[in-house]
Amino acid sequence: MTCPTIRQGLVFCRHPVQNRLTSGQGRLHDDTIEPRTYSCGVAKLSATDTQAGANSLRSGPDGRGRFGIFGGRFVAETLMPLLLELDGAYRAAQADPEFRRELDYYLKDYVGRPSPLWFARRMTRELGGAKIYMKREELNHTGSHKLNNVMGQILLARRMGRTRIVAETGAGQHGVATATVCALFGMKCAIYMGATDVERQKPNVFRMRLLGAEVVPVTAGAGTLKDAMNEAMRDWVTNVHDTYFLVGTVAGPHPYPQMVRDFQSVIGVETKEQIMAAEGRLPDTIVAAIGGGSNAMGIFHPFLDDPEVRLIGVEAAGCGLDSGRTAASIERGRPGVLHGNRTYLLQDADGQITEAHSISAGLDYPGVGPEHSWLSDIGRAEYVGATDQEALDAFQLCTRTEGIIPALESAHAIAYAAKIAPDMAEDRIIVVNISGRGDKDIFTVAEHLGVKL
Amino acid sequence: MSRIARRFATLRQQGRGALIPYVEACDPDFDTSLAILRGMPAAGADLIEVGVPFSDPSADGPTIQKAALRGLKGGSTMKRVLEMVAAFREGDDETPIILMGYTNPIEAYGPERFCADARKAGVDGLIVVDMPPEEADLLAGPAAAAGLDIIRLVAPTTPDDRLPVVFSGASGFVYYVSITGVTGTRTASTDELAHALPRLRRATDLPIAIGFGIRTPELAANAVSVADAAVVASALLNTLEATLDANGQATARTVPAVLEQLRALADAVHAVRK
Ligand SMILES: Cc1ncc(COP(=O)(O)O)c(C=O)c1O
Repeated sequence: MTCPTIRQGLVFCRHPVQNRLTSGQGRLHDDTIEPRTYSCGVAKLSATDTQAGANSLRSGPDGRGRFGIFGGRFVAETLMPLLLELDGAYRAAQADPEFRRELDYYLKDYVGRPSPLWFARRMTRELGGAKIYMKREELNHTGSHKLNNVMGQILLARRMGRTRIVAETGAGQHGVATATVCALFGMKCAIYMGATDVERQKPNVFRMRLLGAEVVPVTAGAGTLKDAMNEAMRDWVTNVHDTYFLVGTVAGPHPYPQMVRDFQSVIGVETKEQIMAAEGRLPDTIVAAIGGGSNAMGIFHPFLDDPEVRLIGVEAAGCGLDSGRTAASIERGRPGVLHGNRTYLLQDADGQITEAHSISAGLDYPGVGPEHSWLSDIGRAEYVGATDQEALDAFQLCTRTEGIIPALESAHAIAYAAKIAPDMAEDRIIVVNISGRGDKDIFTVAEHLGVKL
Repeated sequence: MSRIARRFATLRQQGRGALIPYVEACDPDFDTSLAILRGMPAAGADLIEVGVPFSDPSADGPTIQKAALRGLKGGSTMKRVLEMVAAFREGDDETPIILMGYTNPIEAYGPERFCADARKAGVDGLIVVDMPPEEADLLAGPAAAAGLDIIRLVAPTTPDDRLPVVFSGASGFVYYVSITGVTGTRTASTDELAHALPRLRRATDLPIAIGFGIRTPELAANAVSVADAAVVASALLNTLEATLDANGQATARTVPAVLEQLRALADAVHAVRK
């Protein structure tokens, strides 16, 4: 379904993404809900400080898998022993130099890391303001940042002796990445994907099947990522003896948010080195799109303790933040419990989860990783929205000025960067995370532009 | 003594096992589910589980998923669920009622207010599927203050050394999820049950109910021959679903069909002498 306000036709104007931001930082709360205050953030921080040092924002989660009040392990008892086992196995792997060596080998020679940090000269000139750099995660094998995490988890699953992988996918990028490593290691693979997403991401569905994965369309709910996540959890609980649940974003029960963040942090670690080499200083602003939040967490995390670096997560505002059709969980949701963790969720007054909407399948999720909820509450990162229209415009801007076709997910980040860059001085630096490439999205974009393929 | 403890004590005296049927609130509408609930004790229910519909029942199979959706369509909210229990209590002060659901609707209602209101409505115990002992502090205080039992789930995957963790803070009874899987799918074999129960008995003195996959009178009888109670949910919901008209509305068959099936299950359970 499209928003009623989507313009058809290609955009050729010079500043196509200068639409006014409909978002404020203010949150819309349902009147019938009793205001509750949560203790969170800074006060609890000191208790969780370990290796990252006193006052570090990088030391979470605590022993219970919490970031302030967010996170945790809200799962059925059947899964609880498995999460405890996973936590132990992950710790052991982290402490094992051999695991690190193995992962580095695959990241370099299979994923294709490091990914470049590209100075977007023409886009910078066109927007007329801050220098825009692009972290080129779309150049990874399989075309997105997803493989960073998948590579780490598949090596862990192998260490744990699992032979079958289940995963959820929205845009299909995580599904493709997962199917890819299952092909690489000869493992059985079942990918749960909402029926709506199967429809709008056909190339990825075909790709997964070519790779030997079983793609299971999920018709429950609106047939999007949330429903796929439910179904993947049901599969896992049914096949616990041989199956590893390979979560694709920084959500789910502990230790997934931590583990996925750690594997994705390679993005931020490289960015830091690369920007120091290019500019001799840290960037002023980092912008990334937020679905579940893994590409954003990956680029943010190494900068959490650099307060001079502004971190901006761009949620999908869908038809507009106040349209009732968004995927902006932090800006338009309230804390609740879904898929194993406490986080900001789109929900009604009775605690029923509401359907998200975004033009981008990968952002179409009513929740967000718990660490983002915490970073928002303590004010370390800012969360804003970009609409379907703004993403479409930014998709074209990036393609036209840089010769890079970004994923619609990443186009949300570009849209916001394009919005703020003109108001920043020319010596300021913005890094945008280009989380994926947009080949998978050309059908969706063509449809919205009124072009028949 | 709580209603749950009293009921199990009476059953033990009589040398009988318990049947615990399940009804989803507002499935497919408030009045129908209330009529089923009211008819359950006379049809042989010893305790009753009332399902609180949730949009994302990730531990449930297709049958309960559909029931939850029908319940939400039928106007279920936490407030309505509690009204339903209160209406039941007007005519029955003995049969224990256990609410079964997920964390988020409770958190949205506010844990303290929820426990107090549930108690007032006549609820006796809570089963919160996605709240393992590690997260139980959210409800432990308010539930204790309101005198509600927290019924803990234990699974085949729960190792022996974890049993004390699971049973600490448990009260009322213990719910053994007899298979690794979602509701309404596979059935545990007699062997599996015979193996599992002694392991649990060594770790708790609470009565043990077996649930997940019990769909026939024979399976229910089998379950109470080793445990103290059998929970039947999906089988009853399938029956209910089969009586609905093309628009998903209840028909004249709906309430009697569910209660007839319940009676057959109860007869089998109550024939087992312990
Ligand atoms: C290219 C791309 N970017 C971003 C996302 C959103 O996920 P996350 O927020 O976890 O990075 C997806 C998800 O499918 C994606 O495919």
